Amino acid sequence: MQRKIAIPRELLVDEELMLPGMTSCQGCAAPISMKIALKALGNRTVIVFPACCFCVFQGGYPYTNLKVPVIHCPFETSAVVASGAAAALDVRGEKDTTVMVWAGDGGTFDIGIQALSGAAERNDNILFVCYDNEAYMNTGIQRSSATPMGAWTTTTPAGALKSEPKKDIEQIMLAHHIAYMATASPAYPDDLYRKFQKARQITGMKFIHLLSACPSGWRIDPADSVRIMRMATQSRVFPIYEVTKQTGAVPGEDTWEYDITVIPEKEVPVSDYLKSQGRFRLMTDDMVVKIQKQADRKWRDLIEKRDATRLACV
Amino acid sequence: MKKAIKGNHAVSHGVRLSRVGVISAYPITPQTTIVEELSEMCARREIDARFIKVESEHSAMASLIGAATAGARTFTASSGNGLLLMHEVLHWTAGARLPIVMADVNRAVSGVWNIWAEQTDSLAQRDTGWIQIYCESSQELLDGVLMAYRLAEKVMLPVMIAYDAFFLSHTTEIVDIPDADVVDRFLPPYEPPVQLNFDDPRMFGGFFSTDYFYEHRYTVQQASQEALNVYPEVCREFNAHFGRSYDLVETWLTDDADTILVTAGAITSVSRIVIERLRSQGEKVGLMKLRMFRPIPVECWRKVLGNASRVVVIDRNLSVGVGGVFAAEIRSALYASDRHPPVYSAIAGLGGRDVTPEDVEGILHSMKVDDPSPDIPLYWGLKR
Repeated sequence: MQRKIAIPRELLVDEELMLPGMTSCQGCAAPISMKIALKALGNRTVIVFPACCFCVFQGGYPYTNLKVPVIHCPFETSAVVASGAAAALDVRGEKDTTVMVWAGDGGTFDIGIQALSGAAERNDNILFVCYDNEAYMNTGIQRSSATPMGAWTTTTPAGALKSEPKKDIEQIMLAHHIAYMATASPAYPDDLYRKFQKARQITGMKFIHLLSACPSGWRIDPADSVRIMRMATQSRVFPIYEVTKQTGAVPGEDTWEYDITVIPEKEVPVSDYLKSQGRFRLMTDDMVVKIQKQADRKWRDLIEKRDATRLACV
Repeated sequence: MKKAIKGNHAVSHGVRLSRVGVISAYPITPQTTIVEELSEMCARREIDARFIKVESEHSAMASLIGAATAGARTFTASSGNGLLLMHEVLHWTAGARLPIVMADVNRAVSGVWNIWAEQTDSLAQRDTGWIQIYCESSQELLDGVLMAYRLAEKVMLPVMIAYDAFFLSHTTEIVDIPDADVVDRFLPPYEPPVQLNFDDPRMFGGFFSTDYFYEHRYTVQQASQEALNVYPEVCREFNAHFGRSYDLVETWLTDDADTILVTAGAITSVSRIVIERLRSQGEKVGLMKLRMFRPIPVECWRKVLGNASRVVVIDRNLSVGVGGVFAAEIRSALYASDRHPPVYSAIAGLGGRDVTPEDVEGILHSMKVDDPSPDIPLYWGLKR
């Protein structure tokens, strides 16, 4: 099925809340996502940054390139710092605000997961965004639990490539019965924009998992960043979908509605996606087969859940 | 209104009267009854606060980074291991100049479990930038919370109220609970000097290069030193509203004393009995109770202790490799003074072991007749 990317008009004309002058690397996907996210969220947004690349390159005292309030915090605390800010805004009677965490995969999957799990279980009114570049890129490419199987990093060098599959953060978040869980990619900016708009309207815990290419860590040409992220979705390594809580008419009858929001314009084998990046250069054929099977399984599972949702709606 | 309440509940009342906006806490003995009472107060709508029931002490303190930055008056409480878990965030909150108030019910920490009184937990946080105030009675706790907010919000540094597990936290005493309208006159609503404002967005925290970091640290140090000037003002204001006064240190019969005993927390109450008894026997002994320990009121300590011929410090804490923390810091504060009497150190009451009047008298007697070296702590009551 062919798919055209329709750029919403607002994306082109709304006020820019992310200004130029950052020191991010060429081809880094995170600023592309931030720019679109802020257009959808508007200026009544507080951003909470744990330690991550973005925390470093968005400013450096006394500068900031974001035209919204920003709170920096210790690495493992971002979700609960946001919970505290949301509670204070609530008690002060500030309406129509969004408190958004913008954390890397380390700050989400690893060191940040305890505070994140706590905030999710309490259904605190925050939006937690993980821009996942699949390793500790800020400290120089070390493996995290978001690093895919077979990837080279400085702590999984040749001869000791990562042998474990990537942690399934999406399932972990869904197990907390949260209000909204979505994946998104700046390779599909219209979808990304719509998801942040949707998250803005929902009260309670929202989680958006962004794929975020890192040319330095993925060993790719910066010019290929968006193309390779698109291949991640085309190969179903990173399917783009959302799960929305539907509050039941009767207590205890809440349901979660699945929708696959991007059906890629073409399908590519997982091996093409892996071959496009230097970090997977050393992986074995066995690993490629395993990743292909995981991707197929996840896709089948998503189709099944989406169809079940559709049946339930009929 | 006078009421017989437990020390922990005196803290809860102080928090209620301070009209706190965000409370965040995690259960740990012996702190728990503070936040249980606060939960009840919230449920009864006596406090209009958001209470975040977090999954750890680390998150309790971290949530207050967000809440205080976004303009709320904030509170948490902890003890022992819980306080140690907060350590990173204590540095952060002081460095971020957030006027958080916390109660720490002093509880022992070590490689084995113990839930009873010892001050090593709070003393291990002495380099974080938090102002530390040690309390002896339930009235002092309630009043201490009110004064802590006033002080914290004037100098923009967090304040820790520390007091002994069980001896104070779970002991019932008569406390004068002030009327809310008097407290409101003493403690105006919290207005942060730098607001989180959507129309004038600011960045809080962030990356400080070598060009700025040192100067930033110096401003934190200056704010802490400024607390020594501001605290007496707060005391005067408090006294004017409530008729009770709490100085940087509390002294008793020190003016003509040869020997001055120095204590902090609940051991002070026991020591009063001993000082009275020894005075009646003609011994020139006095008592200095430590109240503010960070920042150190150096001039104040020198003035009180300088005329004594010996100073005896009882430490319910242990800095392994050093000995008693209070003794070491008092020695250091007196060193550059013209008058610096020898400072003798006794370690007592670790892990909640009772320190009776007989123990205090025994310590003072031993320091007098056994002629110990000031360099070696007296490990009082140690079973050999």
